Amino acid sequence: MKRPPPKPATDDESPGVPGFRTWRGIYLFVFVFFLLVVALLTLFSRLFA
Amino acid sequence: MNTFDWIVLLLTMIGIAAYGAWHTRHTDHLDTYLKGSRTMRWGTIGISVMATQASAITFLSIPGQGFESGIGFVQNYFGLPLALIIVCAVFLPIYRQLGVYTAYEFLGQRFDAKTRLLGAGLFLLQRGLAAGVTIYAPAIILATVLGWRLELTIIATGVVVIIYTVTGGSEAVSLTQKWQMGVIFGGMVTAFFILLARLPPGLGFGGAAHIAGAMGKLQAVDFSLNPDKRYTLWTGLFGGLFLSLSYFGTDQSQVQRYIGGAALREGRLGLVFNALLKIPMQFSILLLGALLFVFYQFHPAPVFYNRVEWRHNATGTNAAVFQALDERNATLHLVKQEKIHTWLDARDHGDTVAEPAARVAMLQAEADTETVRKEARAALRAANPLAQTKDSDYVFIGFILDQLPHGVIGLLIAVMIAAALGSKAGELNALGTTTTIDLWRHFRPLAAHDEARNVRAAKWLTAMWGVVAIAFALFAGFSENLIEAINIIGSIFYGVVLGIFLVAFFLKGVGGTAVFWAAVAAQTLIFALFLLRHRYPGLDISYLWYNLIGCAACVVFSLLLQATLGSDRTATATAHPL
Repeated sequence: MKRPPPKPATDDESPGVPGFRTWRGIYLFVFVFFLLVVALLTLFSRLFA
Repeated sequence: MNTFDWIVLLLTMIGIAAYGAWHTRHTDHLDTYLKGSRTMRWGTIGISVMATQASAITFLSIPGQGFESGIGFVQNYFGLPLALIIVCAVFLPIYRQLGVYTAYEFLGQRFDAKTRLLGAGLFLLQRGLAAGVTIYAPAIILATVLGWRLELTIIATGVVVIIYTVTGGSEAVSLTQKWQMGVIFGGMVTAFFILLARLPPGLGFGGAAHIAGAMGKLQAVDFSLNPDKRYTLWTGLFGGLFLSLSYFGTDQSQVQRYIGGAALREGRLGLVFNALLKIPMQFSILLLGALLFVFYQFHPAPVFYNRVEWRHNATGTNAAVFQALDERNATLHLVKQEKIHTWLDARDHGDTVAEPAARVAMLQAEADTETVRKEARAALRAANPLAQTKDSDYVFIGFILDQLPHGVIGLLIAVMIAAALGSKAGELNALGTTTTIDLWRHFRPLAAHDEARNVRAAKWLTAMWGVVAIAFALFAGFSENLIEAINIIGSIFYGVVLGIFLVAFFLKGVGGTAVFWAAVAAQTLIFALFLLRHRYPGLDISYLWYNLIGCAACVVFSLLLQATLGSDRTATATAHPL
């Protein structure tokens, strides 16, 4: 085995986006936004069915 | 197209390409040439990632998909945001930390030279074949509809993209993609609003959406567990996650777009930009298609939307059959219009008794016109077995040419060509880079220290791939089956490549020899499944499953082989210095 992958040590860095202190916060926001989009699309389908 | 359209088209296309080539003409550092400018910010990276994925076929075919099958195709993208979170959190930091030019270079550092060459080879094989189709597929549609010569369309678009991609490398690709996406967004928004304005007075977006919904075109999310359904929430989530992870995490044409930039933050935010916008963007394009469907309920709708193909075959003894189908379609279309108006009246007056009956009558009228369209396709196939019978790709381009004002027509044709150039440039850039870094430098290690020579090699190899793509597009033959064939080829290789990367990232105890032979065995398994599918009907599965099977087989075989080989064997594996 040659070498294990290096540890990504940058997750603790601030993303520099107002309102977010960590990258985990950004990822959580993307996930919640995705859920919201799916919910809105479902609502859209029902509204115009 | 008139002179004004040509001016808009040529100014937009040549202007952007010339700007990209001129602005990056002094790019002579390998790092900048292959990864782009170190000052690149997240907006440029995000748009570049988006432009590489969005080919001309996206803007020609997806409105047609919305027109024909509704907006359910949007579910195909449900796995994308989740995949991009994984790429942001795991793949990108490692690529940047190692300072690699290609994703396969990472395999060399993590495993050994042979695994790196295997990963690069699989990418070059798959993407190299697809490169010709990226030029050919939109060219055949534009040439058919606009009466351009196919070979000139292929050569002109191919040469333009080669010039600025070779001149400025990755930086030119990202820079031009930014402006090309500007043209694309501007053009699509213009088309959307013109379409809304051309709907019958008083109908508006709400009325049009209700008609599209009643006719089954606005079912965006399907929770069904029925495996026969192609697009559901579940296939989108699981299949989409898997495909997006392969594409964004291991395909050099995407990796190259986000590994550059001023800092890790810029690449991550560029990907987050795509994770947030991709589904709404695809939804908008599909919705445009669904609204086109409504538009054609109130305007004369051809029985077959590729009118050039239809007219070309409506000769001799076929003429009477084709004319009869045209006439039946026109009659049924008028009947359907009447039924739609009856249903709208019942609905607007809140008549709960008449409304359901009117809806059933409207749907029956739609089914009748669909029957005639099927008969038209059958008649076309009977008249000419080589005829293209899939006409949904021609719906949007037909609307552009027939309904939009001059100037806007030129802008929308520019949208299609901009999308073709943007995705083509990303592909050529990645093919040239992978060939330079993973093959040329590997086999000529002494040359690796001569930066100017490296840049020259990268330029020549990028140009070579451009010429290969043009040649392939010119001599490829027929588009429809070819596109499907290329998708199948992609699925055959994608799963195994993703499997290698997942082992690299998450299974730290597995070494190069184990993963290499596991990948070879997994690839052999996929080839066997593919080749034996006709002999054994039980193996005749959708090619999309090859992605999952290839990846799972590679991971499982790696673990088994590693357990068999033991740590001593892999420690002395053929590790090769990079």
